[in-house]
Formats: sequence, C-alpha cells, structure tokens
Amino acid sequence: MSEVALHHPGVEPAESPLTPESWGKLGMWIFLAGDAVGFGVLLASYGAARASSGDWPPPAVHLGINIPGIMTFLLICSSVTMVKALEAIRLGRLGAARRFLLMTIAGGLLFLGMQGYEWTHLIEQGMRMFGNPWGAALFGASFFIITGFHGLHVTGGVIYLGVVTAAISRFPDREYDYMITEVAGLYWHFVDLVWIMVFTLIYLL
Amino acid sequence: MADTHAHKSPNYMAVWAWLAILTVLEIGAYFMPPPSKYPILLALALAKAALVALYFMHLRFDVKTLSAIAVTPLLIATLLVFFLMPDHRGVEHRTAESAKAAAPKP
Repeated sequence: MSEVALHHPGVEPAESPLTPESWGKLGMWIFLAGDAVGFGVLLASYGAARASSGDWPPPAVHLGINIPGIMTFLLICSSVTMVKALEAIRLGRLGAARRFLLMTIAGGLLFLGMQGYEWTHLIEQGMRMFGNPWGAALFGASFFIITGFHGLHVTGGVIYLGVVTAAISRFPDREYDYMITEVAGLYWHFVDLVWIMVFTLIYLL
Repeated sequence: MADTHAHKSPNYMAVWAWLAILTVLEIGAYFMPPPSKYPILLALALAKAALVALYFMHLRFDVKTLSAIAVTPLLIATLLVFFLMPDHRGVEHRTAESAKAAAPKP
C-alpha cells in the first residue's frame, strides 16, 4: 500500500493490496487474453475445416518451410532485442534501449517484407481465398486470413514500437520509459508467440 | 515500483538459443513419418510458446494473477476444439471433386 494510502485513508479507496503494480501491464494482459481467444477461434475453425476435408493439400509442399522458418527465426531474434531494450532502460542506458528498439522494428519490417514476398509467390501460383490448383478451397482462406491477421498484428506492433521509441527520446524518464517499454514488449512477444503456433499449425502439420 | 525491477534478468541469450534449437528440431520433426510427428510438433511448439511467455513476457517473475489471465484463453481455445468436433465427426469428408459432383447441373 502506498504512503498516500496510509496517511490519507479518506482520499483513495482505489488503492488496496489487490491494486496491480502496473495498471498498464494488467490492461495489456487483458487485451492479449481477448486477442488470444480471437486467434484460438481462427485456429480451431481452421482445424475443423481441415479435418472435415478429404483433399486438404499438404501445406509444407505448397507453402514451403524455408521462408516461414526464417520468419520464425526473425521474430525470435526481435523478441530478444525487445527484452534487451527493456534491460537497457533498467540499467539507465536509454541510447542503447533506443537502438535495441530500432532493431526490433527492423525485424518486424523484414518479417513483413518476407510475408509480402511469400504471398505474392503463392498468388502467382494460383492460390486464392476460395480456390487453388491443389485441393480444398478453404486451404487458401485459412492461410490468408490467419497469416494476414497475424501480419496486421506485426504491422500494428511496428507502429506501436515506433511510437514508444519516439516517446523514450522525448521523455527520458527511467520509470516512465520502463513502464511503456514493458507494456509494448508484452504485445510484441505475444505476436511472436502466436507466430510460433501459426508456423507449426499452418505450415508444419 | 522499485521492487518490480528487483529480479535479476534471466539469461535472454540462453532462451534465444533454446528457441532456435527447438525451431531446428521442429523442422527436423516435420520429416518424420506422419502419425508420430504430430504430437512431437505440437509439444515443441508449446515448449517454445511457454519459453516466450515465462521468460520474455516475465510470467515466471510476475504476480500469479497475470498467469491466470494468460492461461484462461488457452483453456477456452482447448474447449473450442472439442466443441467443433461434431462438425467433422458427423459429416462425410468432402472434396472439391465431390462438391462439384453434388452441385446441381445447369
């Protein structure tokens, strides 16, 4: 309980032993839980569509494993630069934190570039939302919608991290910078975590 | 707020190495014969997801409330898979060919 609470018991009913140490973190976690249900619905219905289809094309044969494998590695690396940025702020090294954040953004942009290349390649081969040359029509829909929704999250994350990087430059306050970077990091790692599941469920299985 | 930062940073490079190793193992597991590779691939993916959540998202060092919030959607998603099972147990498997054959002729 804060000092304010002890000295002015009348003014702050909002703070109790149950008050989280960071409202931002709690808020982000609740958002991520909702977002996770969204991805869960998409992946579960993809599973149902695939299980009830007799001619689901073998994913890895048509989608390839090399490009998504490298994309997986990219996101893992960008998660590391993200935690390194947070560590740098904790140590008071704001310049290093900014550099790590910019590396994380670069990882996200590279990921999006590779996804664009992959999609273009697949569309050129005749893969569409509701049809493809290889079998079950929903193969395209599930692929484009799930990887597309994830790609939107990466795009949002790149913008979000850009805003955080700018905020750190404008407001060089360690506590504040730590808080906003930690909350943004939760979002970025979540996007990495979802891709880990997408890579396995959409490409490898 | 100060005690938030009190825990020592985990060895992030070790977590990174594990994630990379597990990814390589996963790609190796893809080349295994079909029935046995599915549980292995799923287990490897869940292990990677757990590493990210526990160490990068700090769940291991945070208050347990956050872990509870994180695990809830997993339970819901798992239930969802079971809810959707009647969808494919009850109908015969359709293919693009059989759908074409069933469509009314012009």
